[in-house]
Amino acid sequence: MKLIVAIIQPHKLEDVLQELDKKEIYLKTVSNVLGCGRQKGATEVYRGRKETGNLLKKVRLEIAVNEAFVEPTISAIVKGAKTGKIGDGKIFVIDLNQCVRIRTGERGNEAIG
Amino acid sequence: MINSGDTAWVLMSTALVMLMTAPGLAFFYGGLVRRKNVLATMMQSFFMLCLLSIQWVLWGYSLSFGPDVGHLIGSLAWFGLNGVGMAPNPDYAATIPHLLFAVYQMMFAVITPALITGAFAERMKFSTYVVFTLLWATLVYDPVCHWVWGAGGWLRAEGALDFAGGTVVHISSGIAALVCALVLGKRRGYGREPMPPHNLPLTILGASLLWFGWFGFNAGSALGANELAVSAFIATNTAAASAALTWMFVEWKAVGKPTILGGATGAVAGLVAITPAAGFVSPISAIFIGIIVAVVCYTAVAVIKLKLAYDDSLDAFGVHGVGGTVGALATGLFAQKIINPAGANGLFFGNPAQLGTQALGVAATIAYSIIVTFILLKVLDLIMGLRVKDEEEVVGLDITQHEESAYTLLD
Repeated sequence: MKLIVAIIQPHKLEDVLQELDKKEIYLKTVSNVLGCGRQKGATEVYRGRKETGNLLKKVRLEIAVNEAFVEPTISAIVKGAKTGKIGDGKIFVIDLNQCVRIRTGERGNEAIG
Repeated sequence: MINSGDTAWVLMSTALVMLMTAPGLAFFYGGLVRRKNVLATMMQSFFMLCLLSIQWVLWGYSLSFGPDVGHLIGSLAWFGLNGVGMAPNPDYAATIPHLLFAVYQMMFAVITPALITGAFAERMKFSTYVVFTLLWATLVYDPVCHWVWGAGGWLRAEGALDFAGGTVVHISSGIAALVCALVLGKRRGYGREPMPPHNLPLTILGASLLWFGWFGFNAGSALGANELAVSAFIATNTAAASAALTWMFVEWKAVGKPTILGGATGAVAGLVAITPAAGFVSPISAIFIGIIVAVVCYTAVAVIKLKLAYDDSLDAFGVHGVGGTVGALATGLFAQKIINPAGANGLFFGNPAQLGTQALGVAATIAYSIIVTFILLKVLDLIMGLRVKDEEEVVGLDITQHEESAYTLLD
């Protein structure tokens, strides 16, 4: 089991969700986050004063999958989120020790899908 | 003789000026601070509405407009509005009840200390704030109000023109704001951490309500439903629009993009500058006053403030102090007797002396406000402390001063 965490551009979320749907990957958690990469955030100007270092708005996806779904998930996210410009984001793949479905008490591979 | 039309308009104007403090100023300032301080900031305006309403009834009106003592202050003869009744007072307004004039003026006394709060936003201790503003209203606002508007006041006798309170309201509070910013010092992290406004739609709502309420402030200052009110009304709207446009074009040129915060700030600067001039100037002059004040205030806020590195957090000095001064002097340039026979001609209309008279009013108000505000702050710092503790400032004033918060993260 793996936990896939992706940080993407907010405006690419819809595209990513559509790509995931095509691969029949339905279970996910989405949240608003702030962050920045090498471009070191954004600059905003208020009454002529530049506020630099503002973190950028990003969206974080968390998807727990069985091994067979790891590559399809990654390719779906890349396909949906890629613009080729700086700031497209990153995907992290993490080993997942356990998964419990709260409603039924199922564990492991059964619980994840 | 009481005129029912005049009475109706001044009643309406009183309510309009009330609207400027809360919600107008409360939202304008509230949106500009960080989310942890929005309630505390709005509270500072709302609280003024409550506190100064009482101060005015008890002794504020009497000190400001009561029987003259040495051309400097009113006596306490009208304490508790004693003797201020339904009969008009011809010294102030011959066609409306004296009591209506008193409550109309109350709303000016309410907003003036509230304007100062922009300078010490996000760091002032609430208990000290309450004592400071009560003393400031009594020791600075009431005397200056008497000098300029009170029967027997010395600046009124000099012939200084201040239609709706450029000197009394905006210069006195704007200069006090600068003193506050310097004495209290910067917010923790100012200049190092970003401190962007947390909710600009609130600010735009507040600025627009200020604009709306300002018709009561300026056109209401005609104290009647008459030609003068109409003249002040058009001058007010024209200057606000002209200054807002100028500000947005200046920042478009200087920084690259026009912003709505710039537009709102420009509008307020225009309204501040036209406050003393409305009722004395033509609509065309109002356009010029708007352009001048926008350029000067933009420079004060976006260039000079950053160079000198003082933390006038919400630009109370940069907009009200600077804009009020521009307006008072511009009145000495653009005033015309054709517009208001009771006024005077300015420099551009053949009377250079008026500019000198205006400058005297400005200088006296600035000097007096600096001295008294400075002494008040120093004394209160010793007795009560002006700033919240460092850790309270980090957590935010909403929680530490009022134990409430504006936005919940979960339901």
